[in-house]
Amino acid sequence: MGITVSNISKRFGDFVALDDVSLDIQNGSLTALLGPSGSGKSTLLRVIAGLENPDSGEVVISGQNKTGTPPQQRGVGFVFQHYAAFKHMTVEDNVAFGLRIRKRSKDQTREKVHELLELVHLEGFAHRYPSQLSGGQRQRMALARALAIEPEVLLLDEPFGALDASVRKDLRAWLRRLHEDMPVTTVLVTHDQEEAMEVASEIVVMNDGAIEQIGDPTEVYENPATEFVMSFIGPITRLQGAYVRPHDLRIQLEPNGKTSEARVEELLHLGFEVRVHLRLSNDEDIWAQITRDTASQLDLKNGKTVYIVTDRSRSFG
Amino acid sequence: MSTARSSSRSPGRSGLGGIFGGEALQRGTVLMYLSLIVLIPLAAVVWTSGEEGWSGFWAAITAPEGMAALRLTFGAAFVVTAINAVAGTLIAWVLVRDSFWGQGIFNSVIDLPFALPTIVAGLTLLALYGPGSPVGIDIAYAPVAVVVALLFVSLPFVVRAVQPVLEELDTEMEEAAASLGASRFTIFRRIILPTLMPAILGGSGLTFARSLGEFGAVVLVTGNIAFETQVASVYIFGQIEGGDIPAASAVSVVLLAFSLLALIGLNVVQGRWTRHEE
Repeated sequence: MGITVSNISKRFGDFVALDDVSLDIQNGSLTALLGPSGSGKSTLLRVIAGLENPDSGEVVISGQNKTGTPPQQRGVGFVFQHYAAFKHMTVEDNVAFGLRIRKRSKDQTREKVHELLELVHLEGFAHRYPSQLSGGQRQRMALARALAIEPEVLLLDEPFGALDASVRKDLRAWLRRLHEDMPVTTVLVTHDQEEAMEVASEIVVMNDGAIEQIGDPTEVYENPATEFVMSFIGPITRLQGAYVRPHDLRIQLEPNGKTSEARVEELLHLGFEVRVHLRLSNDEDIWAQITRDTASQLDLKNGKTVYIVTDRSRSFG
Repeated sequence: MSTARSSSRSPGRSGLGGIFGGEALQRGTVLMYLSLIVLIPLAAVVWTSGEEGWSGFWAAITAPEGMAALRLTFGAAFVVTAINAVAGTLIAWVLVRDSFWGQGIFNSVIDLPFALPTIVAGLTLLALYGPGSPVGIDIAYAPVAVVVALLFVSLPFVVRAVQPVLEELDTEMEEAAASLGASRFTIFRRIILPTLMPAILGGSGLTFARSLGEFGAVVLVTGNIAFETQVASVYIFGQIEGGDIPAASAVSVVLLAFSLLALIGLNVVQGRWTRHEE
């Protein structure tokens, strides 16, 4: 069940958007497709929705092969970054759109719309037009509209990308709670690793039209499978050719055989976090994240000689 | 709800104010220009039409020949507007949504009826559809020639009104509707058409107004046969030539009034359509 994508390839002219991509998405899960722009994540989502036809490969939704099926008959709810609100219709008519196409009775439609507007906290806005709503409200309306048809899967394409940072934060938390209450299989496309880690239970990291790694947030962060995943998810710095997370570097005042000597070049105080820029004795630059308490204990000053060590560096062959 | 709307809908009221001196001076200058170029001449026509009193005015516009001309003019204008609303939208659709060889040239040809002197348009139509037509169609001196001539000169109105709106149309709206189960026809009827409607109405209004007044393109192909192919503008010309200025003015006023009505009416309808667009 859920969604199974096998050997999907898609080109736009010379550009390879998806290169033989296969993926299993568990029924009822909340999965994030994470990657930079041009990585193929949106194309993959659109292929699942039927908005894009793959050059080869198969899409199976809830056990049914939907590869050639038009989007009308896929039973997917799709939410766009820029809302795609029907501007000439009220909020109520927007949400009822799919139900009216399915020729539900008036009472049924009204009841369902009411229920959904309550779910997305837009009860008082039924008779407003999209232009009278804020961005966050419009996106919640779009979500209600997509949920109205009781889709097998819910597909969200950068749903919070056009919103203010604070609204974005609220909506992420809200979406996670919504999914807990109503566990419809959901796939979310995002380029923001923090968003993916905050919302999703499963993260699919994509790059250059291919999947780099699939795993839960801890796994992709702690055990990145490739150099790309390591550098895309979370900050990195390099120590003697190996990658290391800046917060996995320890700074001490005495050498112990495993340490490297370094000189403090610059200290940036960012509240709880202090960013220390260092130069190693071989002239390589490196930076470390430490807490302000550690910084004051070590009495760090520009030009001071310190010794750094880590037990969590990674190399990729 | 409506108060919030009206306050957000009047951005022109504040801001820079008068660019050319004070706001009052600016408004006065614009009003004076408009008066000199448009309003005063129109007022003069209305004034002249009333020279022989109300009964004279009424007699002039109910004269059988004048009535026939007005009937033909309005009938043709309605037909042309209806055809243009559909055909213009279709042409705009093809220009925006299709891509084919020679599209650029096709696109430029649309404006030709505007660029061409209308009398030249009339001549062209006469050569093509007149006696001795190379394509074997002779419609000259028949009422249908009026419609063809008007279709020719008013072609760009709807196309050029709809085209930019179609180009700006959010295709994600269509995709959203498709994923909700809407067929292509439903998407067109419930999503695309309502969005295009203000532009279609605007272009149609201009088509109608232009059709009421067109002279050059019509005068040659119709042969100007009274009670048959004579349109109002040509009738007016005949009255002036015959020295009956008040009668010419009276018919002019009728055309003027209906042109104005068409434009105002469409503005109102358009306003209601666009109220909720961003």
